[in-house]
Amino acid sequence: MSTSPSGVHDATGVSAPPPATEGAAVAPGMQGSRAGRWRRFWEDVRRTPSASVGLVIVAGFFILSLIGPYIAPHSPTDFDIANKFGRPTLAHPFGTDPFGRDVFSRVIYGARLSFLLAAAATLFSLLIGTPLGLIAGYYQGWLDEVLMRVTDALLALPSIILALLIVTTLGSSAFNVILVVGIVYAPRIARVIRSGTLALRNEEFVQAARARGESGAYILFSEVLPNTIAPLIVEASIRMGFAILLATSLSFLGLGVSPPAPDWGLMVNEARPHIFRAPWLTIFPSLVIALTIVGFNLLGDGLRDILDPRRVWTERRSEGV
Amino acid sequence: MAVLIVRRLGSLAVTLLLLSVIVFGVTQVLPGNVAQMILGPYSTPETQQALEKNLKLDEPAWQQYRDWLTHFVRGDWGTSLRLGQQIRPILLLRLQNSAYLALSSLIGVVFFGIGLGILAGIRQNRPTDHLIALFAFLGISIPAFVSGSLLIILFGGGVWNLLPGSGYRSPTEDVRGWLTRLVLPTITLMLLLLAYVIRMTRSSIIEVLTTNYIRAARLKGASERDVILRHALRNALLPTVTVIAINIGFMLGSVVIIEQIFAYPGIGSLILFAVSNRDLPLLQASVMVIGIVTGLANLVADVLYMYLNPRIRYR
Repeated sequence: MSTSPSGVHDATGVSAPPPATEGAAVAPGMQGSRAGRWRRFWEDVRRTPSASVGLVIVAGFFILSLIGPYIAPHSPTDFDIANKFGRPTLAHPFGTDPFGRDVFSRVIYGARLSFLLAAAATLFSLLIGTPLGLIAGYYQGWLDEVLMRVTDALLALPSIILALLIVTTLGSSAFNVILVVGIVYAPRIARVIRSGTLALRNEEFVQAARARGESGAYILFSEVLPNTIAPLIVEASIRMGFAILLATSLSFLGLGVSPPAPDWGLMVNEARPHIFRAPWLTIFPSLVIALTIVGFNLLGDGLRDILDPRRVWTERRSEGV
Repeated sequence: MAVLIVRRLGSLAVTLLLLSVIVFGVTQVLPGNVAQMILGPYSTPETQQALEKNLKLDEPAWQQYRDWLTHFVRGDWGTSLRLGQQIRPILLLRLQNSAYLALSSLIGVVFFGIGLGILAGIRQNRPTDHLIALFAFLGISIPAFVSGSLLIILFGGGVWNLLPGSGYRSPTEDVRGWLTRLVLPTITLMLLLLAYVIRMTRSSIIEVLTTNYIRAARLKGASERDVILRHALRNALLPTVTVIAINIGFMLGSVVIIEQIFAYPGIGSLILFAVSNRDLPLLQASVMVIGIVTGLANLVADVLYMYLNPRIRYR
């Protein structure tokens, strides 16, 4: 069982992780001086089409989330009932909604909301998942066994189902979207870190630190963690895309951000009754969501090719939305 | 191999047991008064107490869990709080509806995925290959609620009025209505899965085409068509089968979204109903069923993979 098909298994996570296909911890091309490493990395990004296209889209999204509120032509929440269901025009490029709100401005404001939600959720899952993965991979034994069995159980559910289960407990709000998405993705982060740690725990520099009598925490965070950075960056950039996917999907189901927030998923949800009367209400937010997630996926795929070449095309969709 | 399967079954049992703890635990960490939360702000203390008694909320947690689990294993999945009916028949019916959707998507995915995968494989690194890769990438990246909504606008009446955009008909009453309402959700689900099969088939075909027995087949004068369909495809199919089995669990996740878009009464929309109405027994049972189906599908994927891989089979 140590050779499951292209590691797709880890994602569904029911079986024990196949050690032979686990991710490489130290990426080649990450040696050398810091400046030299970054220069080489930048060249790699430019040479990899998926990474560079992804980077452009993600950068655009990031810039929009920074300056969006300053360039949006209208308020995202002010009603203008006289102007409801307006077709796309020059004044309202994406049309107006049932309350006369400018869809273009709402989409622009939505970038910041999506970015904040996704970044906070990714950060949260890193905060939970990283220590757990480090501890499980380094100390092994019963602790590892327990942690891995629990992540198995959590990963046995498609992520949207797990998210719904947690939403039922916490209730739906913007803040809870962060918690839910963070909790859902934490086990996956833990697995990535754990496999990186496993590959490193018997390396000489770790043994040396042990021989010096360093504390466990020091070894984990100062010796092991910096060397799992490559897979961690890949994971984080892929997670950002997923976080947007899951967060907008929850809002689409009416279980995420509440109205009148200009959330993209919520906008598609609110457009449903008017899908034929005012298709632009659906089309424009949909295209923006699609473009953003495509951007993060391209960037993630490209980064993986560059930083983590041994982990060829692993799971994507077992993420489940 | 038998040992491996038994071990695998054991770990599945452990996983499902842990899952049941998690699913049950969710009700325990609900903040505040569970009965009031379920019944809403206008409930009286009497009805709350009655519900607590009914749900056995006054008992210690481990006892509730033990009772719940034994009942669940015995097939008594309890009564829905909102529907006031036995959960099992409803749940199984909804699961059946979702299975129609999953099955029709699987058929489509096998057909188109393997076809496009072969095409991409024999046209490796040429425009056709790149185009197929792009299509697969978009399919896998675009959220189901986006592609589903756009499909409704395109084919459900916005641009072309070809197919009903939502609803459901029973296949025993209205076969045509059932089929036409299955098309758009099926395509939405297919788009999410196609990439896996395309990529898997493509790389297997490329790998198989470099082997000696394919060279032998060509040398003996077999037509290119025969080489692909009779010699290469048979070997390329093996990994594809496992990929499909692995993705069954994932399909059960995406049906939540897809059934919501198309107002399709499957297990996904049932779970959503349970979540929105805080129908805890219904939610617990549905989530457990999804966990079990996912776990079994992964088990099948593992066993198939072992069986199809002689290096493991004869160990």
